[in-house]
Amino acid sequence: MNEPNEAYLKLIKEKMPKSKHLLTMFRAFWTGGTICCIGQAFTDLYTFLFSELGEKDVAALTTITLIFITAVLTGFGIYDKIGAYAGAGSIVPITGFANSVVSPAVEHKREGVVFGLCANMFSVAGPVIVFGISSSVVVGLIVILFKGAFGG
Amino acid sequence: METFLTYLQVFAVGGTICLIGQVIINTTKVTSARILVGYLLLGVVLETAGVYKYIRDFGKAGATVPIIGFGSNLARGAIDGALESGILGAVTGGIEAVAAGIAAVIFFAFIVGLVATPKTK
Repeated sequence: MNEPNEAYLKLIKEKMPKSKHLLTMFRAFWTGGTICCIGQAFTDLYTFLFSELGEKDVAALTTITLIFITAVLTGFGIYDKIGAYAGAGSIVPITGFANSVVSPAVEHKREGVVFGLCANMFSVAGPVIVFGISSSVVVGLIVILFKGAFGG
Repeated sequence: METFLTYLQVFAVGGTICLIGQVIINTTKVTSARILVGYLLLGVVLETAGVYKYIRDFGKAGATVPIIGFGSNLARGAIDGALESGILGAVTGGIEAVAAGIAAVIFFAFIVGLVATPKTK
C-alpha cells in the first residue's frame, strides 16, 4: 500500500522543480522580451519625433524613459509585483537596475533622507557602478596600449 | 512586416538574455546584484572583443535594454574616448557614455524616495 505512494512522491520530487524551472524561464523570457520591445517602441518613437538626434542620443532618451517609468511603478509598489511574477525578466533589463535603486530608497526613507534614503540607494547599484566604471577604465587603458587592434 | 520582424528579433534577443539570467538564478541561487554585475562585465568583455555589435545590430533594443547593453555602452565609451582623446578619454569615456542613465536613476530614485510612502512592516 505504501510502496506506490513513496514512488509517487519521489516522482513528484523529481518532476516538480523541473516544471517550476520551465515556468520561471518562460515567464522571464516573455516579460524580458516585452520590456525590450517597449524600449524598442520608445526608440522608434524618438527617432521619428526627433530626427536630428543621433542613435546614441535616442538610446539615452529611451533609457531615461524606461528608468522614469520604473521609478514611478516602484513608487506605487507595482514593479515589485511584476518582479514576483517575472523573476530575471524584471531584473536583467535596465528597469531592474532602476528598481534596485528606487526600491531601497523608498524602503529606508524612515531612517532619514541622508543616511536612510540616499545611503541605501546604492546597496545594489553601488557594486554595479563600481565594477562598471572600473572595468571601463581598464578597457580604456587597454585601448591606449594596443591602439592598433582597435583601429586607432 | 519589416517592423514586425524587428520587434520579433528584439523580443527574442531580450527574452533570451533574461531567460539565461533566470537559469542562472534557478541553478545557482545567486543574488540579483551578482546577476547584474555579471551581465554588466560580460557586456564590457563582449564589446571590447568586438562581438557585441553583431548582437546589437540583430537584437536592437533587445540587446541595449538589458544590463549587458549597459556594460557594452561603458566599454564602447571607453574605447571611443581612448581613441579620440587618449588617456583622459580612456578614463572618462565609460562614465560619459552612461551618464544619462546614472543621472536619471539617481534623480528619479531621489524624487520617488521623497514622495512615496514605504510599505508598513
